[in-house]
Amino acid sequence: MSYRIKRGVLSLMLLVMALAITGISQAGPQWKENTNSNAATSGGQCVRETEWMRKNHMALLKHDRDITVHEGIRTVDGSLSECIACHVNTENGSHVPVNAMQGPDGAQFCAGCHAYTGVKLDCFQCHSPVPAE
Amino acid sequence: MNNREQTDQNRRDFLKKGAATAVATVAPGVLLHTVEAAPRDEAVTDKVRWGMMIDTSKCADGCDECVKACNEENGLTAYSMPEGADEATWDQQRPKWIRTVKVQDNLTGHVTSLPMMCQHCENPPCQDVCPTGASFRRADGIVMVDRHTCIGCRYCMMACPYKARSFIHENVDIKPSLAPRGKGCVESCNFCVHRLDNGQTTTACQDACPEKAIIFGDLKDPNSEVSQALAQYPTVQIRADLKLNTGVRYSGV
Repeated sequence: MSYRIKRGVLSLMLLVMALAITGISQAGPQWKENTNSNAATSGGQCVRETEWMRKNHMALLKHDRDITVHEGIRTVDGSLSECIACHVNTENGSHVPVNAMQGPDGAQFCAGCHAYTGVKLDCFQCHSPVPAE
Repeated sequence: MNNREQTDQNRRDFLKKGAATAVATVAPGVLLHTVEAAPRDEAVTDKVRWGMMIDTSKCADGCDECVKACNEENGLTAYSMPEGADEATWDQQRPKWIRTVKVQDNLTGHVTSLPMMCQHCENPPCQDVCPTGASFRRADGIVMVDRHTCIGCRYCMMACPYKARSFIHENVDIKPSLAPRGKGCVESCNFCVHRLDNGQTTTACQDACPEKAIIFGDLKDPNSEVSQALAQYPTVQIRADLKLNTGVRYSGV
């Protein structure tokens, strides 16, 4: 191919890539705004900031669960039952599981993001997805 | 100037008295409340060693109150047999944290009933064999399974001389909030650790026994009920030849 045609093809490819990247980044904010995180009981103050939590909630949970199990300390920030106690929704007088795909405002607190990202939730094999009565 | 100083002094006295009265009325309530139901916020230490004494002479034949209480407390009954399973196998494999065991002396024919649960050994074989470190002995003597780390290999079930460990084969119906449990991990009696960590000092089996055959408490505290009972009555460890230094001792065996 001649030099000019090669340059043309290359710049066309770059243009297509640039459009694709901006296109994908535009798709992001829609699912972020829809997280179902009605924090009813505590007045809405989470133990960490939302952006930090989105990225690092497993680091906090894994660190604090070791402290709880091995050292017996129950008053940790990363207490899953405390997360659930605040973030769970109620429908018709009973709690809706936080990993449910249906319920008030659609997918519940954990399910919304985890369904979008395709990350399997292991927690609720053992932990209760509703707070203790 | 003088007037102002005098007023300030009177006001200061009034405030002091008021504060003192308030503290005097509130303090008993606050202290009682914290002793009863405070979740632990400091790491456990080995200054405490939880243990149990079981008086088998009080253990009535056919009684299973402790078993029922344990099942209730830890959610063991919320566990349904899947379709098509063999009922005998299911009953044999379902989780049991306490079992009632009958021991017979072959020479004399004397039969003893006793509850058998995790003995919370000081040198637990289950901890030795666990490939992931999930089966561990906590600083305060409780031997338990970290279900986050457990891979369900069941090596600890094989290693335990008391057959104390159980495996959860199927999804559980209800996951208790205070004592999470689920399919794929091994579990055993943990001396109701969720109660102990939240300020209580008794186990479910101890509370349920109608004859008060089970005494639970701190073995390192010479004034605790269990220490005094162990000092007073002769007790043995079951399979003492294994030198595990169990936390549970039986009298009348």
